[in-house]
Amino acid sequence: MNFLSDPVTFIGNWLTGLVASLGMPKETAAAWVTGVAVGILPLLAMLWVLVLIWYERKVIGRLQDRPGPNRVGPFGLIQPVADMLKIFLKEHILPAGVDRIPYNLAPILAVGGVLGMWIVVPFSATVHGVDINVGALYIIAVGAIGTLGIIFAGYSSNNKYALLAAFRVVAQLISYEIPMVLALLVPVLLARSMGMNTIVQAQPVWFILAAPLAALLFFISSIAEVGRSPFDLAEAESEIVAGFNTEYSGLKFGMFYVGEFLHAFTNSLIFTALFLGGWQGPGAEQFPILGFIYFFLKTVVVHFLGIAIRGSMPRFRIDQVMQLNWKLFTPIALAAFSAAALVEKLAANLGDAARIGIHILVNAVILGVVLLIGSRVFKARGIRLDALAERNRAAVKLSMEKSHDS
Amino acid sequence: MILDQVIFLITAVVVLTAAILVVSVPKMIHAALWLILALAGIAVLFVLLQAPFFAVVQVIVYIGAIAVLVIFAVMLTRKAMQDDGPQLNRYSVLAAAVSLMLFAVLTGMLLSWDGANNLPVNPAVNPDTIVNLGESLTNPQGFLLPFEVASILLLAALVGAIYIGREHRAGKEEE
Repeated sequence: MNFLSDPVTFIGNWLTGLVASLGMPKETAAAWVTGVAVGILPLLAMLWVLVLIWYERKVIGRLQDRPGPNRVGPFGLIQPVADMLKIFLKEHILPAGVDRIPYNLAPILAVGGVLGMWIVVPFSATVHGVDINVGALYIIAVGAIGTLGIIFAGYSSNNKYALLAAFRVVAQLISYEIPMVLALLVPVLLARSMGMNTIVQAQPVWFILAAPLAALLFFISSIAEVGRSPFDLAEAESEIVAGFNTEYSGLKFGMFYVGEFLHAFTNSLIFTALFLGGWQGPGAEQFPILGFIYFFLKTVVVHFLGIAIRGSMPRFRIDQVMQLNWKLFTPIALAAFSAAALVEKLAANLGDAARIGIHILVNAVILGVVLLIGSRVFKARGIRLDALAERNRAAVKLSMEKSHDS
Repeated sequence: MILDQVIFLITAVVVLTAAILVVSVPKMIHAALWLILALAGIAVLFVLLQAPFFAVVQVIVYIGAIAVLVIFAVMLTRKAMQDDGPQLNRYSVLAAAVSLMLFAVLTGMLLSWDGANNLPVNPAVNPDTIVNLGESLTNPQGFLLPFEVASILLLAALVGAIYIGREHRAGKEEE
């Protein structure tokens, strides 16, 4: 095993050998090293959030025509560290009438739910936490724990705005779990396995080619699951103060934000693993370090897309969020999943290329039907898209003129 | 293995404590929260039984959906946040008697079963238990019929719920 081609496995083996040479049985040594790795992975993930926060603020700054953080350190790189130290030192205010145990448990669950997902992410051909055979379902299950954290926060804060915010966020999260799970089942179907590493190994041809609709639905639903713009109903300041975390302060408040930033990145990791071939790439099998680099680059592209959407889209209303999910996403996801299952069964004997072709064709047909029905509905309700666009342009022009005047 | 037994004992104690607290704490919402802990403990038991699929489904369905639903239901009931009325009504003795009888019958049934007295033979661990489960659920020789019947039952419940909901709204509009 070469250090340069597969550093993590190399270090793991070296450490195991070192501990074993001190007189410990081989298996016990391996268990200890695994334990250390279990400690290191979430630690690295949490520290990675510092980079994520800087990167996201910088990108959104550029999108909004301002420099972003640029005072502390080169390119403002030390800014998140300064913010972190500040938030460490802040006072923990415990408001009157809070339900203590759920109140303190909520931020832990919010971050823990996200960190739990990292266990099943295959980072390269050899480096993954555990390759359990229900990995894809496990991701959804662990995500549900984050939802629980939000309910805990909303209920225990003894604040009506927090409770209302928690209600609407949880309604949104539970609803968007449905198209997300259905979209996630398509790669499971194509790979014939729920293990994350097996799904990645089944993608010499990326699944986004055979399942573009499922990929799109998964991407949008995962944005909704994180609760970021345009689905950031959780922090609609004009309606519900600061949302479910109104009564939190200091590091507990910070934990919710760490959870959110990490969740956005983790979802990009999972999207990459499910639809963009994960660590697959030229030479990734022989040199696992290359797989890690491919995986990272693809993830950064997906993550950037998410940030760009966050920086450029206005917020939906809560009824629009729900309608989008129940009247559009869920039916499309159901159709796409059933169609994928049918094609896989009927075209099982055909070659890979022919099967993928049929998959693309079926996806195109579903999309066409959706657009056709959509245009009928718009027509029946007397909505004209060009008129809507015209009105939007006029509104933007007006607001720009106003800002020039002032 | 000794580690498994230690984990099992700890989990069992946590589950039983949480389950007792579910029915004994005065606040409804706290009962719902303890219920979540009990359900999570059951998921751990599934992991110990080498049934990862059931463990994950337990978390998704029970913690992710049903527990959230229960919390919502509790919060929507009357005075859920400060409910500290009497926990027992006048049927408590009767209920206790019925529960004890049920417990006795179930225990008797279990003890008369061979498996209760003999240690289970450790089955060869099949990595593809999910495949077996899926095939047995879709195989006409397996559990296809009960599976479909259960699906139809659930569908009927769903339709019924929608019907009740719509009826109520239609009645309001007529007024």
